[in-house]
Amino acid sequence: MNNSVVNTARLLGAGLRALLVLTLVTGVIYPLVVTGIAQGLFPGKANGSEVKADGRVVGSSLIGQSYNLPLKKGQEIPAPDLKWFQGRPANGLGTNSINTQYKLLLSGATNLSADSKDLIKQVEDARAAVVKDNSVPGYTVKPSDVPPDAVTSSASGLDPDISPAYAELQVHRVAAKNGVSVAKVGKLVENHTRGRTLGFMGEPRVNVLELNTALKGLVAKQ
Amino acid sequence: MGPVLAGVLQLIALIAALALAYIPLGTYMARVYSSDKHWRVEKWVYKGIGANPDAAMTWPAYLRSVLAFSAVGVLFLYALMRLQGVLPGSLGFSSVDPAQSFNTAVSFVTNTNWQSYYGEQTMGHVVQTAGLAVQNFVSAAVGMAVAVALVRGFARSRTGELGNFWSDLVRGTLRILVPAAAIAAIVLVACGVIQNFSGIHEVGQFMGGSQQWNGGAVASQEAIKEIGTNGGGYFNANSAHPFENPTPFTNLFEIFLILVIPFALTRTFGVMVGSVKQGYAILATMFTIWLGFVALMMWTEFAHHGPALQAAGGAYEGKEVRFGVGASSIFAVSTTLTSTGAVDSFHSSFTGLGGGITMLGMMLGEIAPGGVGSGLYGMLITAVIAVFIAGLMVGRTPEYLGKKIGTREIKLAACYILITPALVLVCTAVSMALPTPPHSMLNSGAHGFSEVLYAFTSASNNNGSAFAGLNANTDWFNLMTGLAMLLGRFLPMVFVLALAGSLAGQKPVPVTAGTLRTEKPLFTGLLVGAILIITGLTYFPALALGPLAEGLA
Repeated sequence: MNNSVVNTARLLGAGLRALLVLTLVTGVIYPLVVTGIAQGLFPGKANGSEVKADGRVVGSSLIGQSYNLPLKKGQEIPAPDLKWFQGRPANGLGTNSINTQYKLLLSGATNLSADSKDLIKQVEDARAAVVKDNSVPGYTVKPSDVPPDAVTSSASGLDPDISPAYAELQVHRVAAKNGVSVAKVGKLVENHTRGRTLGFMGEPRVNVLELNTALKGLVAKQ
Repeated sequence: MGPVLAGVLQLIALIAALALAYIPLGTYMARVYSSDKHWRVEKWVYKGIGANPDAAMTWPAYLRSVLAFSAVGVLFLYALMRLQGVLPGSLGFSSVDPAQSFNTAVSFVTNTNWQSYYGEQTMGHVVQTAGLAVQNFVSAAVGMAVAVALVRGFARSRTGELGNFWSDLVRGTLRILVPAAAIAAIVLVACGVIQNFSGIHEVGQFMGGSQQWNGGAVASQEAIKEIGTNGGGYFNANSAHPFENPTPFTNLFEIFLILVIPFALTRTFGVMVGSVKQGYAILATMFTIWLGFVALMMWTEFAHHGPALQAAGGAYEGKEVRFGVGASSIFAVSTTLTSTGAVDSFHSSFTGLGGGITMLGMMLGEIAPGGVGSGLYGMLITAVIAVFIAGLMVGRTPEYLGKKIGTREIKLAACYILITPALVLVCTAVSMALPTPPHSMLNSGAHGFSEVLYAFTSASNNNGSAFAGLNANTDWFNLMTGLAMLLGRFLPMVFVLALAGSLAGQKPVPVTAGTLRTEKPLFTGLLVGAILIITGLTYFPALALGPLAEGLA
């Protein structure tokens, strides 16, 4: 047989053996050891930071949810349940198109550009809805009061947080819909506002699931 | 405190952390690649491979080993995805179709991690963990090995020998990447990144009913995804997904992981060529460009020009509240100036100029600081070009690190510099000229063109990020970006190793009064200038049609 063919075959054989050995180390041993340590030391976090309320898992503190009313007949987009604090728009979120034995959420952004007409419309519609939903007797929201996170879709579509400004803007509405005093709901938001980590990392934020879980407790007490 | 100040403070903290790691990590890596001793576990590995780790290789032998290992890697990963449907531990996911399997296999072996698939609905545990994550390690180790071979070319004289590829590969993996990734993965889990094998399961929701979640070995993959400047997300939203990047701290930590090895490799270079000052000059060049880009990005994103962003009152489209505009800007620049391509915010929705900065970062050739290994060798090639330009100006035969830059060397360096722009511009032009590929665009006008330009810039430079509105899961884009990734990775390596061989064979030129002092700030200035001018001349027309047209409208 040709010499160079033999040499090439030998080299590819060495390459394959190297790949298999390194797969054993980095693709089997490494992830299993990390999983073992993770499950031993931080089981709650390693399994998705689940939040419980009334003895039932209500989601993950890291994953944003929608707080909508059930779909009515003929309706395609569900209406928000205004009793609860609302998260950010998630127009980039998808549903799975392959392996459809599951019903998975596909994380993602809209990817619309800064000069996109579609995006301008999404922002304007969202702003109008925020103004309308949150203006209750005795409290009128001005369009200029609406913070940017309230009218834009996040990067993952699963942003669990809103800005403190957007949470405060919803206080009057939430208080009115639940028949709780504005002061109490305002206090709740204040208690659930997280500042920057160590004072400078990231941005101040309010976790919507934790806030709504606490709100549910407050309403139940009344 | 305002968001701008917070952004600047995060930048300062990041720089401080990188500075602390620079000397110990850089020196350690130099020792790893220079040591005569083998660890016992490494001896077992060499026995398994059937290779002698002490056999010195000439550049063609080194190159053949690189190509053989990478070719096997592509075939293995391709087979794994094609067989997913019958493999156990795949969550019942079906096999991936041929074009997408080819694209993905090439993508991960070339350290690109371009993804035309949705991670959460396409790849099961076996492909993610034993396939994709493995290439996260070894493709990074291959890049470092080639860089080290080039450094040996500068450091050695009168020899054709560049070291042993198998030894460099195994040491890079076992002594540098695995320990670093293990530590980083545990830190990430402690902050909320998931790490389990629970598969897809139902989780209750606040409003009743349930949602379905993917479990997975996410932290272990996330760690090496950043450390190895890979960038392939476990989930579609990549490092914007809260399970991959849950807090402001993990965000900054992940940026640190992306940058730490590429910057520290300049120290490794300095130690190995016997002058750490030469390493500092290269570091200064990389750092200057990176910092300048971060400053520009923060300026344009905080200013949020563009009608939709003006309407929203801030550049929050495609960004997460917990990171904000400042940290997202640092991430975007760091991921595109390296070969990472992980994203914590979606570049397509950045301001026109911000999107242009991410593209320009890749177009520089990803050398500031660049991918693990590929950044260093790319920058050293550019340094050769800069030395040549300086030589032309004073009419002297150029030399760098005691080696003559003659006709052969400059030809090899020039070929290296030309490959990627040729791939980017030709593929983009052909895609725009054909009737069907433009149908993949999500946005219209200048931004639509930018989506295609971004795709081929990202693929050819082995970055992997995207203006993700583009539907890249078509036969055309799967095949063409696949080819761009392959040629953009391995052709440059051919020239790097040929150059290394040619340098190693020379005898050193003594330093005289006429030698260009490449460890001085003057040379750093020359190098920054050369990089910006070469890239600017090459890409200005294309950038003018896309991001500049959008950003200046």
